[in-house]
Amino acid sequence: MNVTTKAAAVSRRRLLPGFGITMGFSVLYLSLVVLLPLSALLFNSTGLSWAKFWDVATDARVLASYRVSLSTAAAAALIDAGLGLLLAWVLVRYEFPGKRIFDALIDLPFALPTAVAGVSLTALYSQNGWIGSLLEPLGLKVAFTPLGITLALMFIGIPFVVRTVQPVLEDLDRDMEEAAATLGASRWRTFLRIVMPELFPPLLTGFALAFARGIGEYGSVVFISGNMPMRTEIAPLLIMSKLEQFDYAGATAVALLLLLISFLMLLVINSLQHWARKSSR
Amino acid sequence: MAGTVPLHVPGPRTGVSSPAATESRAVKWVLISLAGLVLLWLIALPLLIVLVESLKRGLDVYWAALTDPDAASALKLTLLVAAITVPLNTIFGVTAAWAVTKFRFRGKGFLITLIDLPFAVSPVIGGLIFILVFGSHGWFGPWLSSHDIKIVFALPGIVLATLFITFPFVARELIPLMEEQGTQEEEAAITLGAHGWQIFWRVTLPNIKWGLLYGIILCNARAMGEFGAVSVVSGHIRGETNTLPLHVEILYNEYQFSASFAVASLLLLLALVTMIVKGLLVRKNAH
Repeated sequence: MNVTTKAAAVSRRRLLPGFGITMGFSVLYLSLVVLLPLSALLFNSTGLSWAKFWDVATDARVLASYRVSLSTAAAAALIDAGLGLLLAWVLVRYEFPGKRIFDALIDLPFALPTAVAGVSLTALYSQNGWIGSLLEPLGLKVAFTPLGITLALMFIGIPFVVRTVQPVLEDLDRDMEEAAATLGASRWRTFLRIVMPELFPPLLTGFALAFARGIGEYGSVVFISGNMPMRTEIAPLLIMSKLEQFDYAGATAVALLLLLISFLMLLVINSLQHWARKSSR
Repeated sequence: MAGTVPLHVPGPRTGVSSPAATESRAVKWVLISLAGLVLLWLIALPLLIVLVESLKRGLDVYWAALTDPDAASALKLTLLVAAITVPLNTIFGVTAAWAVTKFRFRGKGFLITLIDLPFAVSPVIGGLIFILVFGSHGWFGPWLSSHDIKIVFALPGIVLATLFITFPFVARELIPLMEEQGTQEEEAAITLGAHGWQIFWRVTLPNIKWGLLYGIILCNARAMGEFGAVSVVSGHIRGETNTLPLHVEILYNEYQFSASFAVASLLLLLALVTMIVKGLLVRKNAH
């Protein structure tokens, strides 16, 4: 039996035509467009030594930029997780007028160029903007503070949470909720004990996706952040300013660290998605 | 990881639940109102302000900003870059999806992760790497300058950075879709004597066309709207290496807010068209 299934598997593997050419082209194109250029960061020609790398990586301004990037991205992703759960819940569970527009709007941050998001958020929250002027008397400044960065990252990240939670919520078996209700559990208790455990993996995945996107985000943030070193300068911007001063080694060092964080996030997200798939079965 | 999420078709409704397993009407409407407020505040207001700000000083200023020669050449460059990058990444997306989903081989998961890589990388890094490869201090810098070839701070650099950033879009849309569809139909076609191209055009393509189209419009939206990566490699030469998103920034930094928002409204239009096409595709898919 073993021999025949193995033979069947082998022949199945190459039953359709085009493996060699599609695989060859894909790997070649991937190497040329993505892998080779990325490897320039690792095997760079800018004369970046370990000592120089360490110098840059532990520089106070660089550390501050990572602190700003990581903390604002984490805060934004956390708030997005809450708001995204609300939006996904309302979208899946309720019928109401205007639902289709509601659903479409959630995709706007995916489709809108980040520079446009940047200038429009800045216009809204600057001192004489629609919202900024309301918050000003309260002593709350958003534009040109970490709060503004967080807000821009919330805008960018919200669809990741909604679109990750939404399909899971749709596939959720309502029988369990019915059963809980029949057994006398309150709606709130049912939500916490029955629904939330199912939604936790996608929520965490959505959080991680929004967080990862937020760390590297540039366009929507540069306008609203004010770009003050040590206070509102994000890591991607620091790469940019080092490049503008022709400090290629410095830019490469900051970028390498950022890339390392992104790869770690990619790993986390992949295992989260794996876990979510397994637990949904 | 995804910079996007697969074309989502709303699932089937699971019958009407008993009152005990749903929220009360009051809770329901409170939640809907709250969600509406969040959406209005976080997403609709930024959209609205673009239109208001762009028309603040009248239609004349709006029109002048759009017909300005620098704006026109930025628009042309943006369209040109998209016209080069989108077809290339579409061809890659289809071939990669074919290789990944129609065959079994070792390291498939790893390959998919590699395809996803650009989503995980900061756009600024997406530009930086091409400076490191083709810039004057880069790997090929001396050779390029001795042969008088400009890549960085010129069109090829912008195209490369955009290729990198939009690399996964089409592949990422097709892989889950084709994975789900399996290989049975193609295998049936081959036993009936069809050859490679015939299988692709007659069997596979009709099955994936809406997902493919969705991947293409997402890829296009990002290609036209990319800011960070392009900003690094463009050199910001007006009328030459300035794309629409970069033009928004230049005008904004010069305090020409109305003009800046006028150009931004063009990009907003691109986003709205993208969203509307997506909406149509979801409905097509649902049938």
